[in-house]
Amino acid sequence: MTEFLQQLINGLALGSILALIALGYTMVYGILRFINFAHGDIFMLGAFAGFYLAPKIATLLPTPSIWAGLAVLGISMVICAVIGVTIERLAYRPLRRSPKLAVLITAIGVSLFLEYTGQLVFGAAPKKFPDLIPVYPLTHFGGLSINSNQVLVLGVTLLLLLALRFITLKTRIGTAMRALSFNPEAAALMGINTDVVISFTFALGSALAAAAGILYAISYPAIDPLMGILPGLKAFVAAVLGGIGNLPGAALGGIIIGVTETLVSGYISSTYRDAIAFGVLILILLIKPSGLLGKKEIEKV
Amino acid sequence: MMFKHAKLLLLAALGLSLLASFGADRINPYVLFIVYDIGINIILAVSLNLINGYTGQFSLGHAGFMAVGAYTAASVTNQFGTLNPAVSGAVFFGALLAGGLLAAMAGLLVGLPTLRLKGDYLAIVTLGFGEIIRVVFQNLDRVGGARGYSVMHGYTDLFWTFGLVAVTVYVVTSLVNSTYGRGFIAVRDDEVAAEAMGINTTKYKVTAFVVGAFFAGIAGGLYAHSKQFITPNGFNFMESIAIVVMVVLGGMGNTPGVMLAVILLTILPEVLRPVAEYRMVIYSLLLIVLMLTRPQGLFVWRRKIPEAVP
Repeated sequence: MTEFLQQLINGLALGSILALIALGYTMVYGILRFINFAHGDIFMLGAFAGFYLAPKIATLLPTPSIWAGLAVLGISMVICAVIGVTIERLAYRPLRRSPKLAVLITAIGVSLFLEYTGQLVFGAAPKKFPDLIPVYPLTHFGGLSINSNQVLVLGVTLLLLLALRFITLKTRIGTAMRALSFNPEAAALMGINTDVVISFTFALGSALAAAAGILYAISYPAIDPLMGILPGLKAFVAAVLGGIGNLPGAALGGIIIGVTETLVSGYISSTYRDAIAFGVLILILLIKPSGLLGKKEIEKV
Repeated sequence: MMFKHAKLLLLAALGLSLLASFGADRINPYVLFIVYDIGINIILAVSLNLINGYTGQFSLGHAGFMAVGAYTAASVTNQFGTLNPAVSGAVFFGALLAGGLLAAMAGLLVGLPTLRLKGDYLAIVTLGFGEIIRVVFQNLDRVGGARGYSVMHGYTDLFWTFGLVAVTVYVVTSLVNSTYGRGFIAVRDDEVAAEAMGINTTKYKVTAFVVGAFFAGIAGGLYAHSKQFITPNGFNFMESIAIVVMVVLGGMGNTPGVMLAVILLTILPEVLRPVAEYRMVIYSLLLIVLMLTRPQGLFVWRRKIPEAVP
């Protein structure tokens, strides 16, 4: 039982990171209906932004401390938001009216570009992420080994999810985002500046991916330019699993993938770990083709 | 149509492949291996084009079927060991065929349940199946698992490469241009309308999927006997994506264009070898620029290709 709880907590920590990445996929998909393949690499850039920022922050604030951690988190989120908006402006906007596949291939090109430029600039060898935040073991819950990092990951994720919920439901720009995802033409006719809303969506998604990158790097401190590929893919699977375009669905999907993956590698076989996410996805899509929380789209002639 | 004299062209290509194979000794081995790569990639891209381009079902799992073919063919020829040249050709052909058939079976197993999904959902599920196939091979100790699998004999030569490219192109084009093949295009252009006209859309989608998987398996067999060493990681989803890139760049549903794109994209990384560390950066930038300037495909001039993913 203790072991099960332990795996569950590990899974929740991993799942919440996947959920943060999945939200970026699902937001962009909801509005532009295309898979932003480069999103996993924004997650990588977030971790590297943290890597290069940490020594600078250390001269201003005592590190490791929670304040240094939050400062790095915030600045990395801003940096990645700018990168995300720039990518959208340069690579995706000119293709707004082109076939979907052309945009998809462009996104793959951007993804490869970020990965290989990363290898040139940061070096291909894994780097050790600096100790930003002090880690305290919190072992007084039975035989469980929980540390403050896992609590921090869950807490930060929860806060970001609440913030995102507030933005999409209560603010003007959030309402515009939702309008755009329902019907882009009608939204534009109602006077919504679609370009601004799309840029904002990319900024929001990229900031969340950057936060995921920092949280991931705190938990698994070896970072390299290709680290975004697998978490990116799994997060995308999570977004589809929850019903792509649906924000709570993406968060739920991320948690499901994270928990099942940890449980399966703990109890059954760790070599099959990378296939689990896809196995779960295929099972669920065969039962419910539009994902867990997705709406069924009615086909009109 | 360009392929009016398809049978004649096929015979000509087969004859040419036989002729070319006699001159193979005089070709620089480095160039020869690039030619094999081009041939293998053409088979992969043209067969994927049947699924993605002509039938409009966006599949991202082609490397998985290629892996099935590669491992099957490799273990068949390894089983036979060293043979004298008179029978080795027949064994290689049998091995390729076995690889293709097993890949086709995998295609049927994957296609039947998944092809009722559409667009991006289908893409991610096929990608998932491709990755699952890869992980299964990673755990199969009989064929080396993650360490990789050595292939004893490099049977792939110009004759087989050329010949199988010719057969693939012939089968795919004549299939698409036949009365039966109009069904594929109908499914791509408008699934609801096709269904209303009495076309069994599921049957067409599964057929395209199975035929595509068969040729991917054949290409896998050629690949295994050209490289003589295969690892599960060589068939990961980046490989599937590389094939999709060739299809889209050539122009969906445009076989000659796809073949040209394959030649271009296979040679390009080799040409960029002198600038090794910038190679992939230039490749990816070129990909972005090409898509921004010619989103309909490099070699499409006459007609507008309808969107394949709704």
